Amino acid sequence: MIVIVDYGMGNLSSVRKAFQFLKVPAKISSDPKQVARAQALVLPGVGAFGEAMTELRKRKLIEPLREAVNAGKPFLGICLGLQLLFESSEESPRVKGLALLPGRVKRFSRASGLKIPQMGWNQIEKSSARDPLLKGIPDNSFFYFVHGYYAVPSKRSQVLASTRYSERFPSIVSNGKNLWATQFHPEKSQKWGLKLLRNFGEIAR
Amino acid sequence: MFAKRIIPCLDIKNGRVVKGIRFLKLKDAGDPVETARRYEQQGADELVFLDITASAHGRKTRAQLAKRVSEVLFIPFTVGGGISSVEEMRALLSQGCDKISINSSAVKRPALITEGARRFGSQCIVVAIDARKKGKRWEVFVHGGRTPTGKDAVAWAKEAEKRGAGEILLTSMDQDGMKNGYDLELTRAVSRAVNIPVIASGGAGNLKHLADAFTKARADAVLAASIFHFGTFTVPQAKRYLKRRGIPVRIEERA
Repeated sequence: MIVIVDYGMGNLSSVRKAFQFLKVPAKISSDPKQVARAQALVLPGVGAFGEAMTELRKRKLIEPLREAVNAGKPFLGICLGLQLLFESSEESPRVKGLALLPGRVKRFSRASGLKIPQMGWNQIEKSSARDPLLKGIPDNSFFYFVHGYYAVPSKRSQVLASTRYSERFPSIVSNGKNLWATQFHPEKSQKWGLKLLRNFGEIAR
Repeated sequence: MFAKRIIPCLDIKNGRVVKGIRFLKLKDAGDPVETARRYEQQGADELVFLDITASAHGRKTRAQLAKRVSEVLFIPFTVGGGISSVEEMRALLSQGCDKISINSSAVKRPALITEGARRFGSQCIVVAIDARKKGKRWEVFVHGGRTPTGKDAVAWAKEAEKRGAGEILLTSMDQDGMKNGYDLELTRAVSRAVNIPVIASGGAGNLKHLADAFTKARADAVLAASIFHFGTFTVPQAKRYLKRRGIPVRIEERA
């Protein structure tokens, strides 16, 4: 069973409904024990970095999440759930992230004249052709984004795909083993989003 | 490539899609879920459900509709129509709807924008503005365009942004239903004034009108009802047309 981690940030029902549609067993939980026992984890989330870390701490979820990743369990972060994996964010400078991936989260530059946050459909350029999460998903597929910040991993090898907005940013990251995260919302990205979640379901099985 | 969005709008009454001209001569046009799926398959980037039922019972039907839609639709969708409290927003968002559109209730009590944005995030809060030309400016109207407010549309859009709106859905009352094209001047004025996305609405009658909203008025998205509902054009036709004119749109290559 995949556990979708509920820590009070944003709407998780869309993620659950997408898995339900795909007939992939998944449930929503905020219970650290259930998180610890999960076969695989999804960390969604919408909102501010600092507040999210506070909510995770309040629910005693930080350690179970870190342990699950370190134990090699399949893990998928979505949107804010991607940003939280890093060490820090310009959004909440004094707050430490989960630090499961080295790197930090930056704000889109306003200089471009583009609207911030990015809200809408954008394409991914795959930098890895073989990753199981991207199986069957063509290069330049469109996904739905809503975000004003993006992560910059310290290691280039952790970027599975990137996207151009006011600057080029990593839209899918991975630790190369069991941890993946998307800056876009696969649960709202029609065909290719569902394909990605189906791939994660396969990995989690 | 960041795409400009095409957003079909479905008018809903008592849980059914209705078609009409300026809310008159309404005809039943089918099941919202089936209609929504059809648009999704065609490549619509988002959908807006505008509930024109005005009753307490209607609100319950609306939450059920959001639930049914969210079980089978995997693109973002907005629900609007008479939503006036954070509690009503929560009820819809928890059923899987992505954004809430507020109009008259936001004019009546602007703090509602802030309350919604604080609770659910700005990306959930769409402020819909119905405007009508008055001299050199545009006046905001509420209650389906029946009641003038004396508010200036551009100033109100700016205030909505400041209060936490994530998007502006801008309808020209003058153009709505006329099929003469969007009010480009109005759209441009609002789009220049705010740094959040502006969805042009009201007046699309052909594909050039959609293109003009993007190229001449800096819209981020276009909302259209009748040109799609009545089968004048399909979403793929619209997107191919826009693409030929160099406007970035989401067209999936066949895998």
